[in-house]
Amino acid sequence: MEHLLEIRNLSIELPQGKRQPPVKLVEGVDLDIDKKQNFGIVGESGCGKSITCSSIMGLLSYPLTLGKGSSIRFQQENGNEVEITSLPSSELRKIRGKEISMIFQEPMTALDPTSTIVAQIEETLRFHTSLTKAEMHDAALAMLKKVNIPRPDQILLDYPHHLSGGMLQRVMIAIALINNPRLLIADEPTTALDVTIQAQILDLMNELRESFDTSVIMITHDLGVIAETCEKVAVFYAGQVVEQASVEEIFHATAHPYTAGLLKSVTSLGGAEKKLYTIQGTVPTAGHFGSGCRFADRCDHCTSRCREAAPALTEIAPGHLCRCWLHAPEKEAAQ
Amino acid sequence: MRKLLQTLRELWRDPMGKISIIGILLIILMAIFAPQLSHYGPEKMVGIPKSAPNAQFWFGTDNYGRDIFSRIIYGARVSLQVGIIAVGIGATAGYILGLIAGYFEGWVDRVIMCIMDILFAFPSILLAILISTVLGRGLVPTMVAIGIVNIPVFARTVRASVISAKSLEYVENARSVGVKTWPILIRHISPNVVAPFTVQATLALSSAILTEASMSFLGLGIQPPDPSWGSMLSESRAFMEQAPWMAIFPALFIIVTILLFNILGDSLRDVLDPKLKL
Amino acid sequence: MSEHTVLLDVQHLQTYFPIKGGVVHKTVGHVHAVEDVSFQIREQETFGLVGESGCGKSTTGRTILRLIEPTGGKIFFDGQDLCQLDREAMRQKRRDMQLVFQDPYSSLNPRMTVRRLLEEPLQTHFTLTQKEMNEQVLWIAHAVGLSPEQLERYPHQFSGGQRQRVSIARALITKPRFVVADEPVSALDVSIQAQILNLLFSLQEELKLSYLFISHDLNVVRHISNRIGVMYLGRIMEQGNTESVYRNPLHPYTRALLSAIPKLDPLEEKHRIQLEGDVPSPANPPKGCPFHDRCSKCMEICKQSVPEEKELEPGHRVSCHLYD
Repeated sequence: MEHLLEIRNLSIELPQGKRQPPVKLVEGVDLDIDKKQNFGIVGESGCGKSITCSSIMGLLSYPLTLGKGSSIRFQQENGNEVEITSLPSSELRKIRGKEISMIFQEPMTALDPTSTIVAQIEETLRFHTSLTKAEMHDAALAMLKKVNIPRPDQILLDYPHHLSGGMLQRVMIAIALINNPRLLIADEPTTALDVTIQAQILDLMNELRESFDTSVIMITHDLGVIAETCEKVAVFYAGQVVEQASVEEIFHATAHPYTAGLLKSVTSLGGAEKKLYTIQGTVPTAGHFGSGCRFADRCDHCTSRCREAAPALTEIAPGHLCRCWLHAPEKEAAQ
Repeated sequence: MRKLLQTLRELWRDPMGKISIIGILLIILMAIFAPQLSHYGPEKMVGIPKSAPNAQFWFGTDNYGRDIFSRIIYGARVSLQVGIIAVGIGATAGYILGLIAGYFEGWVDRVIMCIMDILFAFPSILLAILISTVLGRGLVPTMVAIGIVNIPVFARTVRASVISAKSLEYVENARSVGVKTWPILIRHISPNVVAPFTVQATLALSSAILTEASMSFLGLGIQPPDPSWGSMLSESRAFMEQAPWMAIFPALFIIVTILLFNILGDSLRDVLDPKLKL
Repeated sequence: MSEHTVLLDVQHLQTYFPIKGGVVHKTVGHVHAVEDVSFQIREQETFGLVGESGCGKSTTGRTILRLIEPTGGKIFFDGQDLCQLDREAMRQKRRDMQLVFQDPYSSLNPRMTVRRLLEEPLQTHFTLTQKEMNEQVLWIAHAVGLSPEQLERYPHQFSGGQRQRVSIARALITKPRFVVADEPVSALDVSIQAQILNLLFSLQEELKLSYLFISHDLNVVRHISNRIGVMYLGRIMEQGNTESVYRNPLHPYTRALLSAIPKLDPLEEKHRIQLEGDVPSPANPPKGCPFHDRCSKCMEICKQSVPEEKELEPGHRVSCHLYD
């Protein structure tokens, strides 16, 4: 396997009882994450970006289930390939926090308010390593220094409520990186933070990625964050990948009308034209997608074909995938 | 009204809720149709004293030869009457005090809650005995005493919900729109109090019935010859070995009734608000 | 916009919150949420208030509406000092000044239909017949883009964007002249944000509204505001015409803030001014300039005295010792 992580035909279902078929919240997602790659997943709320990443950690919350034929293959440090979807939970636990770790949007709720920072860092170490108490303390201290926390020896003994949101996110990053994971999943890591603090955290993450050789999956709704941190981007819409390309192509050779619309509605902000570009309407709800393209109702380029059949994700340029009839190859269009 | 029906329907779907509703309805029907159900009056000496349960006297007779079955059926009237009226007194007073304390805060709140805390600090049975020594014995003083004992729990429940409702954004929204104080209290705050209040009322019913039984057992509540489960239990003490049925049946009814109301309270809480913990 | 008269004039506004401590609830200190804030909003103008969380921008908005009582300063609305009004007079005044909340999920009573939510402000401030009320409700529903059949629904039956339309309709149904919009698009998705911003724009023109637009999103504020004020730790550090502030930021804090906005172009060169540390606690603000301990240009005088506000360009004012 040449990639660090290969997701094939991933679908995530919400069961609707015995009589009705399950609602597919995520459908047919294929993603490849390379080693040391910074991969961005962008989309609006409810597009399935967060549950996609929960499934990578094997952490889908009840009652969500993986659909048939879903495959998530991960290359471990020792070169073994594992299929995460069929791994027993005891094996999964060995991977979680060691080879794949995660940081969340709300550091305040992701940390345990009743124990100190040092206890929480050591907990992560204890499970995956056989260090002594003193060694763990040293490792924790060294890690806090790496994430640029001032007065690290003091902060170690503090409780989460003593720290500001930006500091807590640094602590979260420290905990996530302390076992030197191969993959870090960052779920909206800066959304709850102020712009100046967001800038600090994004710079820190860019720095750490260089020194830790870690691949990062950055989940966000903010195109600015994507532009600043990612190399490759997948755009999610209504549970599907609608466009996937390098970050330059996403911003400068935008193919899918949805991506273009998102970009237009943010880049026109602050411009001379006071009337903003808007994508009309709202996202259709899962289970009510119909047979055509899921973006058809909101699309400026919608044709009759868009309503009849759903386009497939096709390669329109090397490494640039798009799910749109506008860019479908001619011979397929003829069929 | 639609909300009430919906609550009942959801309650019915919960197996424990269903059991408690059926059980409580049976007890209520029993109290209402006491004259039709019982073969004898509650105070008539109709049989040989202390006869064991038999086909004529289902639950046996007591030391005066009165039919225990009839007395228990009439006793249900007393228990429910005391429970409902006492909780009514406690709930009404507690609701008003809690609403005032919660909405206005400041010194009003501190004075009211200080009195409530003092009342709350007494064990409820002790407080009820204290009040009934002032008011005298009998049905009405017992109800008033138990009612007063119940005020603090209601005041606290209501106050807590009012305070949390007050910080809701839509209450601030109503203030910013310019809505007057009373419409805010009634339209926006009160609905949030209903759920915990109803649950509290159900649970208080069971404790009121128990307090009445305890007081009557101690000879301070309902006075003989009026039938009360508590006083029946009290009278049975001397004959525990010769006529255990004198104790068993009233005790059974006390236990079952309390249990039913507690179960109802619990399932009501689940139905009204799963997040609510009292 | 300068031909329009001043509608709102805020002078040296202060809002302190007492910190209670000890057994007897003694006041042991104050949170200086708003400290000496002055600005003006003209008719049909949008004044944007930006700043990071905890800088006092929301408190400023709520204090102007007297949902929070000011500790000091004056608020003139249409020439009248709002602080002099008694409770009932202020309540009646709310007809002319309304608030749009950030979170349309929690700011609408879930037990009321949209129609009831819209009727409530009308019943509060006017005596109308059912027919007149219905006309008003239909008019505002149309203005914000809600269909008549949606009026009978409850808030939870709407998506976030539509719910924000309801809450805008509720604020505007009494035809106010001034609206405080407190982060009205922050809880919404990007594509919905643009719809709501456009709506706020068109309503401003239709109803001749003035906005105080509070947001942490610098791009959004730039788009919607004629003039902006940048707040830090309860004070306005810099204010002026939007373009003047964005093109030529004078205060070191404004510069850092603007440079922190993620660029939407991956190829663009980044020149970011990195701010050290966190915002100090408003319960214990630093002596001198509130920004001095994070400022790269900090001088001795900055630690000693609070800088006066100076007008460097017409309408562009800054509070910084660099320009003494």
